[in-house]
Amino acid sequence: MKKTLAIFQKELKHFFYSPIAYIVIAAFTVIAGIFFYLYLSSFVEAAFMAMIRAQQFHQPQPKFNVNLQVIRPYFWNLALISLFILPLVTMRLYSEEKRAGTVELLYTSPIQVWQLVLGKFLAGLVFYIIMLLPTVVFMALLFIYGNPEIGPVISGYIGLILLGAAFISGGLFISSMTENQIIAAVAGFGFSLFLWIIGWAANFSGPGLAGLLNYLSIINHFEDFAQGVIDTKHVFYYLLFVTLGVYFTMKSVDSVKWKA
Amino acid sequence: MEVKKRIGYLPENPPLYNDLRVIEYLDFVSKIKEIPGNRRKQAINEAIEKAGLGEVRRQVIGSLSKGYRQRVGLAQALLSDPEILILDEPTVGLDPRQIIEIRELIKNLGGEHTVILSTHILPEVEQTCGRVVIINQGEVVAEDTPANLTRRLRGTERTIIEVDGNETDLNAVLSGFPEIVSSTIEKLPENNHLQVSVELSQDIRKDIARALIERGFNLYELRKEAYSLEDIFLHLTTKEEVA
Repeated sequence: MKKTLAIFQKELKHFFYSPIAYIVIAAFTVIAGIFFYLYLSSFVEAAFMAMIRAQQFHQPQPKFNVNLQVIRPYFWNLALISLFILPLVTMRLYSEEKRAGTVELLYTSPIQVWQLVLGKFLAGLVFYIIMLLPTVVFMALLFIYGNPEIGPVISGYIGLILLGAAFISGGLFISSMTENQIIAAVAGFGFSLFLWIIGWAANFSGPGLAGLLNYLSIINHFEDFAQGVIDTKHVFYYLLFVTLGVYFTMKSVDSVKWKA
Repeated sequence: MEVKKRIGYLPENPPLYNDLRVIEYLDFVSKIKEIPGNRRKQAINEAIEKAGLGEVRRQVIGSLSKGYRQRVGLAQALLSDPEILILDEPTVGLDPRQIIEIRELIKNLGGEHTVILSTHILPEVEQTCGRVVIINQGEVVAEDTPANLTRRLRGTERTIIEVDGNETDLNAVLSGFPEIVSSTIEKLPENNHLQVSVELSQDIRKDIARALIERGFNLYELRKEAYSLEDIFLHLTTKEEVA
């Protein structure tokens, strides 16, 4: 566990000693901020117009729901931005070690493969959580000026973290197979996008296959979280995904070890 | 796992993280090499001192020169105080002064650790190693001390003589020595001197010199061809190829 921690610390240092962390966090925050602004302003506008209309025609005021019209689509957006940004986080996690030749140090050290892979995975996950922190500020604004339900916000973040963990484990696996960061990023992005859109194919296929494709689709499992429901079925899917991703990464690292 | 703890390994390209500082890097290595927490600080300081990194310990590795990077790599290998130290081409790409420093360092390490040095630079081996293994295409072709390897080739050792004058006279002089086993004469194109390469059963160089001068030859050179490890290496590896 100590060695896992050592790897974890080293990876976080790599993130924050290189400009990539700041660029990624800044890009994520700006994009997330723009979407937040757009959703919120259109919501406020719609609510305001409805209020005026209700006063003019002496009708009862329609109900507007912040959770339904701002928070839920906003989580969907964060998930989509994560899909684009996370390959940039995972691309260097393992491939950089191969390129710089530092794998030789790791292979000749008394460190087990699972310690190595787990340390790197956790570093990616913690970085992702740090990346999500600025969006908490946006959410806090809603709570200061309105009274949304807190439940869906919490479940939404849990869903985002699980989704992110799945992307990171997949990206780490891809990063472990190449020594080129660009390839790792593009392949990681393609892999994530494939799992994202695989659910769409379900619309055009027979009932048996559709069920399977829907289950595989990484984003279908996110829906409930965004709506405020934590279903163990979906938690299980993401945990299974992460376990498989980490396991395959270990196998990939191990195979290189014997080849070398 | 047990074996890995006893080995310090410096690959050809030192495995460094360019964005870490020297001290952070060594701290990381000490953690994954299972150096207990209470000895870690001391081990790091010792490795820094041995590798002569004192002045750059707070610097970012990416900003160091090739020589210092090599030293950081060496410090990394030394960190766990291993019984066996494997160094792969530790002086490649260094300037002559750095090469001498690193070799000096390796020689000093030989006292405390078993150092396995893999290199293509044979003078380096002559200077630093106590035992040589020559491997050609995956097979061990020779294993001995450098001195013994040289001695082994003595049987075919040759003496080179350079004189001016005419070939028939020279042959007459040489035929007076029964100790000369074989000889080949060659005319040097640049100055028309004759160069003779002879194989001697005994060292009679002084007698040959006197005889040549008495017959009126001008003697320009008379030397024993000393075999360096390079010759031995060539000799052994080409023999292998022929076979």
